[in-house]
Amino acid sequence: MNWDWNFFWDVFPDVVSDGLLITFEATVYGSVIAYLLGLVLALLRRSPVRIVRGVTWAFIEFIRSTPLLVQIFFLFFVLPDIGLKFDPLTTGVIAIGLHYATYAAEVYRAGIEAVPVGQWEAATALSLPRARTWRAVILPQAIPRVLPALGNYTISMLKETPLLLTIGVLDIAGAAFQEGSERFRYLEPITVAGILFLVLSYSASLLVRWLERRVGTVH
Amino acid sequence: MSEPSTEADVMIRFEDVVKRFGDNVVLDELNFTVAPGEFVTLIGPSGSGKTTILRLLMTLEQVSGGKIHVGGECLTHVRRGDRLVPADEKHQRQVRKRIGMVFQQFNLFPNMKVLQNLTEGPIRSLGLPRAEAEARAHELLELVGLTDKVNAHPTQLSGGQQQRVAIARALAMRPDVLLLDEVTSALDPELVAGVLALLKDIANTTDITFLCVTHEMGFARDVSDRVMMFDQGQIVEDAVPDKLFSEPDHERTRAFLSAVLERG
Repeated sequence: MNWDWNFFWDVFPDVVSDGLLITFEATVYGSVIAYLLGLVLALLRRSPVRIVRGVTWAFIEFIRSTPLLVQIFFLFFVLPDIGLKFDPLTTGVIAIGLHYATYAAEVYRAGIEAVPVGQWEAATALSLPRARTWRAVILPQAIPRVLPALGNYTISMLKETPLLLTIGVLDIAGAAFQEGSERFRYLEPITVAGILFLVLSYSASLLVRWLERRVGTVH
Repeated sequence: MSEPSTEADVMIRFEDVVKRFGDNVVLDELNFTVAPGEFVTLIGPSGSGKTTILRLLMTLEQVSGGKIHVGGECLTHVRRGDRLVPADEKHQRQVRKRIGMVFQQFNLFPNMKVLQNLTEGPIRSLGLPRAEAEARAHELLELVGLTDKVNAHPTQLSGGQQQRVAIARALAMRPDVLLLDEVTSALDPELVAGVLALLKDIANTTDITFLCVTHEMGFARDVSDRVMMFDQGQIVEDAVPDKLFSEPDHERTRAFLSAVLERG
């Protein structure tokens, strides 16, 4: 196998234009779902109602112990049977967001537990309503500390987007495969995909490190 | 223990209060009352249950048995039909609005400026309009001598300043009862006197009922109307400070005081 620079420069713009936006959308929307739903799950885990805590725990454990790929298939092939039809990208975003929400929930949990118990006691001494205690006292102290950890999950999500290939959503990797299959030559397109992922995740990790320096970590 | 004639003479009443943590009995059928406006100091070795009394009043802990009344209302129980059942969070929130607490570790909200630390409770819990809550906050900052720190963050303040803000925050709720839990124990020695002088001033100029846990025996003797000596969850001795510090009736009190004074 020999390297063909002409072909490389030929497919580079195609892979970028076909796949980059999809990778970007899947990562960003997936992150938004994961961060918001993760916070909801973390709060439900602390519900005063035992059954709510139990069901949330079971849900988190179930999602965490099954593969993302299986979850993507499940949403894509099973949901339409019960009347929930989404386009493939939306299905993929939901699957990724749901999967990582369970990891984000654990991150939030650690952040919430790191807030000193004295803060809860001071809120009780001032008779603050429980919702207000969460919103004004606990979460503003817990969330900044967990932003770097959440950022790392966004990087993981970025690298999971090629799984969406299996339900026909072409991200960077999918676009590269398509280019390859048209010419029966995969070396250059797949290399392009690798370079793009490297650039994206390395710059994202620089961002996370900057965040870490600004807010400190949970540990 | 003598029963006061009417409930109006009583701000705090502990009635056969028991508190257990697992097998460990911290308070053992404790009975005492505190009159409105009284300054009562609790002394005794660590683990004798003093702080637990404050935490039960603030509902940071729940009783294992017995009842606590504050200002004629039962904090620990509500009447349902003809039965008394343990009070729910809603009832406890209602009663504890009359109670304020200052903590050893200050526990200011580090994500809020000093002003918001002082207005958060009055606005969100008492429902005061913001303008009124802020006016009250400014008055209190003047009282504690920190008018220039209104827009500071707690982390920018010294320990003594943080504790002054915490005292102002508790007063902003206009409590009938103020609980002081070793409020100078975490302070550098040179900052203790200022905070104690402030508390003495507040005690002398308001009709707030104080329940104070402290190791500052000079302060206890100076400001208290009554001192209660605790050991193993029970009151060993309950007397005016001059009596208790000068000629205590009990050997246990004498031993404790001489140990504390030697250390100090």
